[in-house]
Amino acid sequence: MARIKINALPNITTPNAPVTFNPDICKGCNACVNVCQVDVFIPNPVKGNPPIVLHPDECWYCGCCVNDCKHPGAISFNWPMQQRGSWKDKVTGKVMRDNE
Amino acid sequence: MTKWHDFLNKEGKVPPWPYPVDYDKERKIETDVLVIGGGIAGCWAAISAARKGVRVALVEKGDTVRSGSGGPGCDHWCQCPANPHSKVDPDEWAKVCAEYPGTMSALPDGTHKYLYGNGIGSQITCRENYDTLLELEQMGGQIRDINDEYVGAEGRYDDTKFMLSPRTSPNHATELVIRVWGATFKPALKKECQRLGVRIFDRVMVTSLLTEGGIQGARVIGATGFNNRTGEFMVFKSKAAVLATAGDFYMWMLNTEHAGCRQFRSRTATGDGLAMAWKAGAELVLMEKTIPLQLGTGYKHNWYGGAGDASYENLQLVDANGKKLPWPTQGWQDGGAMMPPPEVREAIRRGILKGEWALPFYGDFPAMPDMERNITWNLMLGQESTTKIITSTYERAGFDPSKHLLQNYAFIEGETHSQWRTARGGGPVVDWDLKSTLDGLYVAGEQLFSHGDHSFAASTGRYAGRKAADYSKQIKESKVSREQIASEKSRIYAPIKRTSGIEWKELNAAIARTMQYFCSEYKTELLLNMALDSLKDIEEVFVPRLYALDPHKLMRSIEDLSMLAHAQMVLNASLARKASSEALNFYRIDYPEVDPPEWNKYVTIRLENDKVKSGELPVSYWGDMEANYVARNRDYAGVHKEK
Repeated sequence: MARIKINALPNITTPNAPVTFNPDICKGCNACVNVCQVDVFIPNPVKGNPPIVLHPDECWYCGCCVNDCKHPGAISFNWPMQQRGSWKDKVTGKVMRDNE
Repeated sequence: MTKWHDFLNKEGKVPPWPYPVDYDKERKIETDVLVIGGGIAGCWAAISAARKGVRVALVEKGDTVRSGSGGPGCDHWCQCPANPHSKVDPDEWAKVCAEYPGTMSALPDGTHKYLYGNGIGSQITCRENYDTLLELEQMGGQIRDINDEYVGAEGRYDDTKFMLSPRTSPNHATELVIRVWGATFKPALKKECQRLGVRIFDRVMVTSLLTEGGIQGARVIGATGFNNRTGEFMVFKSKAAVLATAGDFYMWMLNTEHAGCRQFRSRTATGDGLAMAWKAGAELVLMEKTIPLQLGTGYKHNWYGGAGDASYENLQLVDANGKKLPWPTQGWQDGGAMMPPPEVREAIRRGILKGEWALPFYGDFPAMPDMERNITWNLMLGQESTTKIITSTYERAGFDPSKHLLQNYAFIEGETHSQWRTARGGGPVVDWDLKSTLDGLYVAGEQLFSHGDHSFAASTGRYAGRKAADYSKQIKESKVSREQIASEKSRIYAPIKRTSGIEWKELNAAIARTMQYFCSEYKTELLLNMALDSLKDIEEVFVPRLYALDPHKLMRSIEDLSMLAHAQMVLNASLARKASSEALNFYRIDYPEVDPPEWNKYVTIRLENDKVKSGELPVSYWGDMEANYVARNRDYAGVHKEK
């Protein structure tokens, strides 16, 4: 098997993806970049591509970037694993979790 | 490709800084009224000042469209006694708000008066926040059930289509709080600012106030700031300024990586306004007051942090076996009581240990009447600050409130560490014009040493804006001090002159650690002085090593310096109060008596020639609230009418 080349990266900020983009839907309009009060994003250097999440550690999870996006499905929220919800069906008692 | 390291791995290079870098540029802006902070209070100040026909500049660290704690939304217009369905008198209710600051639920008979409210802000809110709400509607904000989505709901008045909330209104006793579609508010406010010709400077952090002759304690004649994307320096020259910035929520927080931050405040809430007012010589009160930490750190599950604390309005809490808990339902019966009284909470704790109730608890959404569930889930949680994204996340993952019990985290996650707290409550002393002790400087919103609720911010902003505009009309041009500007410029740009040393996260943590150790649950003269010493070390040894690699990190670095100044204010005020106080969450081991009558007063602090001076004010220094309000507002025209 051919050897693969990888980059030397520092440990990545945690959490690092408060949102994810769907590049098939996102047109890179950067509305989310502008609406974010902490500047989590920067515009992508390639016009038309989804923004880059530069400061994920500063996200306060307000959701404005998703709520105000005009292109449904272009951007979706991604809660850190330990912050995800849990609930129980009242009839069956089955416990469920947010595994999206 | 979403993440920075994905870009790096794919492109083989890091993305270039996407904005022009203009550290060496300086821009001058002249205006009549300068509004610092573009949240709810700031937007309202700008709008009401602009309606007085003066030139207005609004400066905001983020983008005014969604910035501030109320940017994402707001579900309740609280303390609104002038609404047509109210059963209480505005002037009487204002007194209640001043005596029980921040109350959001019905007060049981015999409730201890807390003192240390803000009678001026309460009076303004109770008299004017209904007018403010009607003006929001003129701008396009939704304040009524205009689409008839909730016909038949308890609290809905069919004649006005207002939806009253149970908060503070047990069995409809007061009808004070109106449910609103607050996610529509902030974009409407920005649009109105633009329509009125307010010059908006988004992504600009204000860092200092300019005073006449550059003298501490003199009239405020402008401010300096910089663009946090480009680094460009800004000099604002004004006749009057309105301080409408946020409080400081990160001073005791070690962790700068926010894994699900909750409770309305982003990292931008670093008390910059207080820091600049302090340095300009304004007198401040209540700086010694703190409250338990209200930020989700990612270590706890709270409603605003993703996984829900399901103890929300009208919702019955049950144990793991479906047995009801004696927890308030926060409905019409108990007037929105948010937590059980301490004795009931203790009874529940003992009951858990004896097996009477089984952990974990759940919020029984399916047991709610359909209409109430619908209102709670779709209207209230759909409109409140950061909760819309939470309900939509749950729905995406399959949660159905008509079938599912939502887990509650009471007891299983433990209590917040007592040393993790939030500075909350302090601010500049103001008079009946909401003017600080410095001429030319007005104050609105959260910094008015009161509860930081949305309608309070809006109505005090609207009030401060019109008073500042009136003042600006009487003032002639003044000359800014080049020396003061040069000195501030050198302070602000110092971190970009270095490429290594201490970066903002480390500095933030060091300030937090000092406060956790020396200014938390156990306060003594020695500990508080040790904290001041430690901060002095930080200031003299470590701040000169602070470095920032881009304008964004520069902003975070300067925010740390705001926090550092804020911490010094807290410590000086704490040293000046030589008594303990329940209302202030303030306990000194060396002065253990709690709220002794001779200490029922405000402790004030200010800088004079860079030396700290402390003083005092009586608790009701504002005098007769109704009479003073009336005397100062004979020309108040009520709801704005477009000419």
